Amino acid sequence: MTEKKIRVLIAKPGLDGHDRGAKVIARALRDAGMEVIYTGLRQTPEMIAEAALQEDVDVVGLSILSGAHTVLVPAVVKKLHENQLSDVKVFVGGIIPKEDIPELLEQGVYAVYGPGTDTQKVAEDIFQAFNPAEA
Amino acid sequence: MTQIDPLAIRQGDRRALSRALTLVENNHPGSREIQAALFPHSGKAHLIGITGAPGTGKSTLVNQLAKAFRQQEDQKIAPKVAIIAVDPTSPFSGGALLGDRIRMHDLAGDKGIFIRSMASRGALGGLAHSTAAFVTVLDGAGFDLILIETVGAGQAEVDIARLAHTVVVVEAPGLGDDIQAIKAGILEIADILVVNKSDRPEAENTARALQAMLDMAHGGGSLSSAGKHMLRGNAGTKTIDNQPEHHWKPSIHLVTATNGDGINQLAADIKRHRIYLQETGLWQVKEENRLRRDLDALIKDMLLLQWQQKIDKAWFDAVLSDVIARKRTPIEAAEALI
Ligand SMILES: Nc1nc2c(ncn2[C@@H]2O[C@H](COP(=O)(O)OP(=O)(O)O)[C@@H](O)[C@H]2O)c(=O)[nH]1
Ligand SMILES: [Mg+2]
Repeated sequence: MTEKKIRVLIAKPGLDGHDRGAKVIARALRDAGMEVIYTGLRQTPEMIAEAALQEDVDVVGLSILSGAHTVLVPAVVKKLHENQLSDVKVFVGGIIPKEDIPELLEQGVYAVYGPGTDTQKVAEDIFQAFNPAEA
Repeated sequence: MTQIDPLAIRQGDRRALSRALTLVENNHPGSREIQAALFPHSGKAHLIGITGAPGTGKSTLVNQLAKAFRQQEDQKIAPKVAIIAVDPTSPFSGGALLGDRIRMHDLAGDKGIFIRSMASRGALGGLAHSTAAFVTVLDGAGFDLILIETVGAGQAEVDIARLAHTVVVVEAPGLGDDIQAIKAGILEIADILVVNKSDRPEAENTARALQAMLDMAHGGGSLSSAGKHMLRGNAGTKTIDNQPEHHWKPSIHLVTATNGDGINQLAADIKRHRIYLQETGLWQVKEENRLRRDLDALIKDMLLLQWQQKIDKAWFDAVLSDVIARKRTPIEAAEALI
């Protein structure tokens, strides 16, 4: 009777105190029909991986403005692996220098979105990756 | 999707539990087996509903309560606590923004706590359709306490009164909905009342207003606790003797969820309510009433489905046009169709 919904965790690792970007993405994905779990500021990689596990999400979106992405992203990916969540797809949004993007993609991130990204594109990429018909 | 071992869930495999909840939520055929395996182990957990208007501080309170239950000194083994937090699904997009975890950071890292956010997915009574099934899974998985935060849309949240053993109604000063609360009949479902944000000066007034309403509702024995349970039931539900010692008078707790003031007393009162239910036999009565209602609802759903599968569409449309043309009453039409 109920259909499968795509569940997304939007998390904000690191110490910077701005979550406007994260909230914009969270709302856009909700408006695209997804169930979005938003966990607020200053999440450690452990907290993110634990929330992803408990919420059984399909996607984790990391919003990073602090410049610490080269440390935070691999840390989150590692914790997700430890929680047997290797099949969870990870994207990164925020201020990421171009030259750092290949490294993030190599670590298993499927997309990196800069500040000007159209939020519809973020949603479309998720729909592309999932066929919500199969549970 | 691969098999999930119910035994793994019982042994504390959180990944298995989490995936089982998803199957249940999506009404996936694989969820039947898991529910069947866990159901015999359910019926033990204390189900605690936390309801009240948005912004009153329910999530913040749940955070504090879960901590308090885990830390209370009089217990040899800390109870395992599960939290189900329900937020509304947008009727326009079908999506949902589930933000209750923002207030629950303190609970991160405690493996004795499991938090799951849930979208209401079109259900209107303050919970999602599968919240009750979630409760069975978590109960069967061995959680001792299950805290259920409702949507809190401001209407009477009847679902939680049916599901939970103990209903905690949360109010806060400055939301201007004090009168709304009585209208919505929310006091009738309250086993315990909380005035949160007692750090604000107007909190005392809110508590006094609530107390006055409570005295009106419970004064002179006009609406006893036993009577309350009777009113909640439908035909065939059991009640207990209307003995004075069986009466539960909801008390009002002034708390500050942001710093934990008043939380230990509140947690103790919630425990006291469980003991009261068990000693009076009301625990069992509630359980039986709930299971009876679940069974009734399932039978209705299944009969409807069976009927829908066998009804001739053309015949149905013909009878419907008769109703639209005012040639048959809806009752006559229904009788002809079933
Ligand atoms: N001053 C004050 N604010 C509180 C208290 N408890 C919660 N809040 C704030 O009230 C807002 C709503 O809290 P939340 O727990 O999300 O409410 P919910 O919508 O009922 O779940 C947040 O900004 C909280 O920080 C309290 O005891 N005192
Ligand atoms: Mg909340």
